[in-house]
Amino acid sequence: MNIDYSKVKKITINAPLKLDCGETLEKFDIAYETYGNLDETKSNAILVFHALSGDQFVTGTNNVTGREGWWNQVVGSGLPIDTDKYFVICANVLGGCMGSTGPKEINPKTNKPYGLDFPVITIKDMVGAQTHLLDFLGIKKTLSVLGGSMGGMQALQFCSLYPERTFSSVPIACAASHSAQNIAFNELARQAIMADPNWDSGNYFLSGKVPRNGLAVARMAGHISYLSEQGLQSRFGRKLQEGDGLNFSFDADFQVESYLKYQGYAFVDRFDANSYLYITRAMDYFDLYKLNNGDLSKAFKNTNVKFCIISFSTDWLYTTEESKKIVIALNSIGAQVSFVNIVTNNGHDSFLVNEPEFFQTLKGFLDSTYEDFKNENSR
Amino acid sequence: MRTLKMKIQDDVLAGLIDINSKVLDVGCGDGNLLLYLKRNKRIDGRGLEINQKNVQECLAKGLAVVEGDAEKDLVNYPNQSFDIAILNQAIQQFYEPRKVLNELLRIAKQAIITIPNFGYWKVRLNLLVTGTMPVTKTLPHSWYDTPNLHMSSIKDFYNLCSLDNINVIKSISISSNKISDITSNNLEIKNLVSELGVFVVSK
Repeated sequence: MNIDYSKVKKITINAPLKLDCGETLEKFDIAYETYGNLDETKSNAILVFHALSGDQFVTGTNNVTGREGWWNQVVGSGLPIDTDKYFVICANVLGGCMGSTGPKEINPKTNKPYGLDFPVITIKDMVGAQTHLLDFLGIKKTLSVLGGSMGGMQALQFCSLYPERTFSSVPIACAASHSAQNIAFNELARQAIMADPNWDSGNYFLSGKVPRNGLAVARMAGHISYLSEQGLQSRFGRKLQEGDGLNFSFDADFQVESYLKYQGYAFVDRFDANSYLYITRAMDYFDLYKLNNGDLSKAFKNTNVKFCIISFSTDWLYTTEESKKIVIALNSIGAQVSFVNIVTNNGHDSFLVNEPEFFQTLKGFLDSTYEDFKNENSR
Repeated sequence: MRTLKMKIQDDVLAGLIDINSKVLDVGCGDGNLLLYLKRNKRIDGRGLEINQKNVQECLAKGLAVVEGDAEKDLVNYPNQSFDIAILNQAIQQFYEPRKVLNELLRIAKQAIITIPNFGYWKVRLNLLVTGTMPVTKTLPHSWYDTPNLHMSSIKDFYNLCSLDNINVIKSISISSNKISDITSNNLEIKNLVSELGVFVVSK
């Protein structure tokens, strides 16, 4: 598949970005999309953070890949995040591969793609970069910052670092630190990529041979972790791909195998293998507990941000218990926190699929918060 | 028409809460009381509610409400972090009402507890005459589907408070049209004529 990245909208930030790892990016690009219009009092801006495999094309059609936006069911006209009402912003994360500065982009020092010369980045670096986009768009304070999975981690990190820059936040299906299980899954994915001979220590851009197999296996491992045991069972069970007999071979006999293969190989056309390494590493390094000497509540000390934490009952990657820990930490400092645990079979992926109770929770929270924020801004 | 519950909320409970106080409504339902107090008493309110539909309604009203079970989750609230904790006609629904009551007084300086009074004469008469578990306006369920696990009378609640060294700062009797104070002198009669009891307690 030929992907034309020239259609990506981006800004170049000519200010140095000091990274957690100690290195500094002298300048960097942020690729982004916006939907809807900013209202007169600038009270309706919502910064959406995307997850590991997402990008800035939240809704509508991704004009680079031709695919549907990853949150088409949530963001749009008349949807829970209503673009007739709200100004929705989403940026490709630093280290990503949809136009923001990352391992696929040209290193100004060598005029070649960064590859593994790209510095290891963190969730903190990602949100730090995105504040420059808010500055560029002239938004001092957003109505809300929100996202699912790694998007939720960015929301938490944003609220911890820049509490004055948002009125509210909805961290969805996430945790304040990456568990051993999460790190293990990410390591499995990275090992799959690095075991692919085409990967060539990250220099595959020199040969032009993409580590397709490694990246596909990485994505397959991810997909298993995004679904629940019940969800997989009810969707696929032991259903066979064709007929009702086994083939006595190692081709995809079962539908679940075919599904995984499809998901894995569809991914390699649109995602950069090195980006996958960098972004999963950023997730693994995320630990708001450690950043605050074990006391998560310190991450949000004196916060005025209104939080709505949402978890899903069958999410075993970012469990309801992890979300509850965030609620408890926020409660312990008297923060304004709401919490809902959606009962569903859809596992971690619940935030990306049709989940009416989730939609209703999100919409109710945002709409009432918008009224409060407008009142605050008109005072 | 205002229901008895709304009347209690607006007229009685609101009157017991100071302006700008920090309030935790345990079992806040659809959030109407919290919203009323937010608008009329400018409280800084929080809710804890077990029913997700109710929590969603609260969020749509702009209230900060956590989906959870008071019997499991109150333990996560810090000591004395609220001025007032409200438990409106819910104490009888807990497995361990005594523990919940004491938890509320750990979390808040004062608690407002309302109970449907099992000592109300109509309830007593109902049981005496029919020989079956009373079904009344404030106790509308049959014994087999009632959420009420631990019914008590106003007098029972008084006794528990004295057992646990809980101060009853104020108590109010409510029957269909009348609101009056309960004192240690009129306890017996109020225990007979009240449909509901409202208690402001502290430790």
